[in-house]
Amino acid sequence: MIRVQTADFSVPEEYQLISQDNGDGAVVTFVGKVRDFNDGSAVTDLTLEHYPGMTEAVLHQIEAEARERWPLNQVTIIHRVGRMALGEQIVFIGVTSAHRKAAFAACEFLIDFLKTKAPFWKLEAGKEGASWVEARDSDEQAANVWHKK
Amino acid sequence: MINVLFFAQVRELLGTASIKVAADENTQTAEGLRATLAATDDKWAKIMASDKLLVAVNQTISQWDTAIEDGDEVAFFPPVTGG
Repeated sequence: MIRVQTADFSVPEEYQLISQDNGDGAVVTFVGKVRDFNDGSAVTDLTLEHYPGMTEAVLHQIEAEARERWPLNQVTIIHRVGRMALGEQIVFIGVTSAHRKAAFAACEFLIDFLKTKAPFWKLEAGKEGASWVEARDSDEQAANVWHKK
Repeated sequence: MINVLFFAQVRELLGTASIKVAADENTQTAEGLRATLAATDDKWAKIMASDKLLVAVNQTISQWDTAIEDGDEVAFFPPVTGG
């Protein structure tokens, strides 16, 4: 399930939704949050912009690619847009599988690919005003690692 | 017409989120459309010249030589920073 929304999400509720199948021995979840600093400057809140339509299409492609690589059952990707305060949840990835290795790997793959391929942009606000977050080479490298596997 | 969209810094710097561009012999590729937009004025020229600029044709990340047809949706934006 793919969702792009302004509202917050509940990790217990999302966990409940994907953890019902007794054929799944592993559930791996990841939550990304608004942290208090980036590149040395204090952050007070951030605003997430996205490209409606393309965002959902890319997330479905990423899910399909993960399902080709690993035997997965449930996959949930939730990404929030709009304004978020310090400490708030931004993104949720939940993956279930019969065994842990596939679930761990797929969860990491999904967040790595989301960060470098899905059309979201972060505008960070701090005491000195707002600035767009620069893309990181380390994120690109993390996604590229999967091409070699 | 080509439906042209801008996001994030590109949208903010240009001061517009979308424009319609008439399809002609200069807009048959993503690079051609980029050059057409860059010819608007100095501000547009500078923003369109960014080596970090990305293009999506009909909501798929594309190369600069990708063909563009009348009615297509073409978006210009900086590298993505979600997650």
